[in-house]
Amino acid sequence: MTLAELWVQQLLNAVSIGSMYALLAIGLAMVFGILRLINFAHGDLLMVGAYVLIYAVAAGIPFWVAFLLSVAAAALLGVLMERLAYRPVRGQHEVVLLLTSFGVTMLLENSAILAFSPRTRPFPLPEALSGVYHVGHVVMSGIDLAALASALVLLVGLNLVVTRTKLGVSMRAAAEDLTAAHLVGIHLDRVVLAAFAIGSALAGVAGLLWAAKSGRVEPLMGFTPVLKAFVATVIGGLGSIGGAVLGGYLLGLAEVALQAVLPPGLTGYRDGFVFILLILVLLVRPHGLLGKAEGDRV
Amino acid sequence: MTAELVLEDVHVDYGGVAALKGVSLSVREGELVCLLGANGAGKSTTLRTISGLVRPRRGEVRFAGERLQALSPYQIVARGIVHCPEGRHIFGGLTVQENLMLGAVQRRDAAGVRRDLDWVLALFPDLAQRLKQRGATLSGGQQQMLAIARALMARPRILLLDEPSLGLAPVVVQTIFRVIRDLHRQGTTILLVEQNARQALAIADRGYVLESGRIVSSGTRAELEADVQIEKAYLGA
Amino acid sequence: MIERWQARVRAMSLLAGLALLALALLGLQYGASTYVQRVAVDIGIMIILTVSLNLSNGYTGVFSLGHTGFMALGAYGSALLTMTPQVKALNLPDLPAWLAHVHLGFLPALVLVGLAAAAVALAVGYPILRLTGPYVAVATLGFLVIVHIVIINAQAYTRGARTFLGLAPLTNLWWVYGAVVVTIYTAWRIVNSPIGRAMLAVREDPVAARGAGVDILRARLWSFAVSAFFTAVAGALWAHFILAFSASSFWFAVTFEVIVMLIVGGLGSISGSVAATVALSILSEVLRNAERGVTLFGYHTPALYGLSQIVFALVFIAFIVYRPQGLFGDREFSLWPILARWYPPLREAVMAGRQLAE
Repeated sequence: MTLAELWVQQLLNAVSIGSMYALLAIGLAMVFGILRLINFAHGDLLMVGAYVLIYAVAAGIPFWVAFLLSVAAAALLGVLMERLAYRPVRGQHEVVLLLTSFGVTMLLENSAILAFSPRTRPFPLPEALSGVYHVGHVVMSGIDLAALASALVLLVGLNLVVTRTKLGVSMRAAAEDLTAAHLVGIHLDRVVLAAFAIGSALAGVAGLLWAAKSGRVEPLMGFTPVLKAFVATVIGGLGSIGGAVLGGYLLGLAEVALQAVLPPGLTGYRDGFVFILLILVLLVRPHGLLGKAEGDRV
Repeated sequence: MTAELVLEDVHVDYGGVAALKGVSLSVREGELVCLLGANGAGKSTTLRTISGLVRPRRGEVRFAGERLQALSPYQIVARGIVHCPEGRHIFGGLTVQENLMLGAVQRRDAAGVRRDLDWVLALFPDLAQRLKQRGATLSGGQQQMLAIARALMARPRILLLDEPSLGLAPVVVQTIFRVIRDLHRQGTTILLVEQNARQALAIADRGYVLESGRIVSSGTRAELEADVQIEKAYLGA
Repeated sequence: MIERWQARVRAMSLLAGLALLALALLGLQYGASTYVQRVAVDIGIMIILTVSLNLSNGYTGVFSLGHTGFMALGAYGSALLTMTPQVKALNLPDLPAWLAHVHLGFLPALVLVGLAAAAVALAVGYPILRLTGPYVAVATLGFLVIVHIVIINAQAYTRGARTFLGLAPLTNLWWVYGAVVVTIYTAWRIVNSPIGRAMLAVREDPVAARGAGVDILRARLWSFAVSAFFTAVAGALWAHFILAFSASSFWFAVTFEVIVMLIVGGLGSISGSVAATVALSILSEVLRNAERGVTLFGYHTPALYGLSQIVFALVFIAFIVYRPQGLFGDREFSLWPILARWYPPLREAVMAGRQLAE
């Protein structure tokens, strides 16, 4: 393998994992932007989506239909979460919101343990994605390609939505100034629901990619990815959609770089370094790389 | 029914502290009414109550005979009551154009919106050259113009203006007041809150004076200008 | 006059309380089944965890989600100190020599891990506690994740993800409730000291507190460290009670359980923490039994894993939505009004004191 190929390979790995983080982080950023809510339960959307897929495939539904069903289920769950748990506490202190989402996570994960049993199940990877492709010495799996392709399509689509549609512009406006959003007549409930639906659908896609990559589905599978996605949103600036995407890819790069740089005895600590990075970013640039400095919003 | 805005014995509390203690006032269709008073008298609170940002503890807010106090802010905007808040509150990260389009966020008449866009850009030519610029990059005066223009994009039946001249250079203040006067002459109903009492009164039909949450005086421009007390307290004789 | 009365009543009720507790413990030791004793130990440990978390989260407004990390430190650290060299050679053959030969008594081990946790809290808190609101919560959560990763990777000390065992069953009712008394007493003293009042001022209004010359960072650090001390002690007690645990024992389930008790009891109320912990621990015990499946009137319910946590989560969300101040708010349960009602001279003395004050 030449040095150039090595770089390309590493970059591909970083972009593949970064795509998942970015897709997950977008939903966190959208919701935080408008409501100041750090939604820990975001990770459980991908768990529920993965189970829906498993059951749908087991019921004989074709994979691509099951895929759509699963994404729809994630979006629906996100919307339900907002209606049932987050709307009653809207506007309260940020820590209260955070704790509420903690409660929702516990509820969902344990309900999943009750409903699906705690054991790990294999992910039903379709034939089309299980291939491995070689270009020179660079290796790419079908899942990596799927991650790249879906991230590309979804990010372009999302960009169109938030810049070209009334709903998208309203969403950005509400994230920036809630009072002004009220005063120009934005129907906030609708915008918040849309943010949850879109963010959760993206999380659903990311979740399937994650499950496909790890090959495993279990009730607690959402926690690690959501923590990582959270690091990504913090790096990019909590509440900034563009920042979340940037943060996702930077985190992917950082992980691949750490993996390459750390001596073999320390690679197990890689995620620990990721979280040290999180704390450092919080200390040095609490509003992230793209986030704007702002006073405490009342 | 004419589109009259009526406040009747409105009481508002902020965290247990009374901000409004029984405010009653009315703005009839086509009028320019100004609300005068010192800092903390409750002027902004009155506007925030009308636009639904705060709920009155007691009393009634009616527009064209309909009670407003149970409605959400977006529903109140839908009734044609548009509040241009103190401190401008433009969306700094969004472009001027996006800000203006958000002003018309509830409107479905694309042709009308386009016409109104041309109209507000004619009112504030400064903005026309900066449509693609982010709001945060505008000067204070331009931001105020954007805030008023954005409110006008909703095609208000009544416009609530909160301290439009605050912190602006005298030249800009002149422009803003000229636009307000023109809007009034073209038939827009306006409730204007101002600390700059003399200038506000000069273009108003009527006025109210608020003091610690109560209306202490009211009358036509001539009556208020003749009132010695007001002269002393607010017009800086 | 009134101060003397109050001091005397306080001292008497303290003594009476301690006597009652001792009596109850004796009763438990000689009159109760092993099962009930185990539940009582569990409750005591939860009380220490909740009260010490309250000291940090309730009084300073710095919401830590990372305390379970200190608990883990206490558990693994104390185990390494109390285990005999022979057991260590068997279970942890790769331990460095200096640690392999250490063999301490329970009390010095408890104090040492407490101090170690407090030192870590100071080091970690010094940067983290400058943050505000949700950022602190997130940073402390990051701390917990880092501790978890260290446990899994430091195999020579922790056996990694595998079960850690070989501890002697040193924890009993007396150790636990001794620690409970010390924890509550310390918390109570801190809360009623100038620094405690400073902490509360910081929680209510950081800007005003800074204006009044309260060193916010110091108040926060101080409470964070004391809180870490007792959390580690609780971890050590738990380790020497449960005897076998792993990295996943110190993860989000425990974190969540303690937070639920804290919120239900009321942020900033020590007695609220105690009351909520006792009530919820008993509820949780009942639910855990139900999880395994119970036979009711001849009908056997299936095993319902996750049930107790589901109920906890529902209770928690209900409290957050409908009663965010918890059972007690930030008030304390007080014997004072009750005594005053039953003993008229006391009431008159209180009234007289009040008039004087006015």
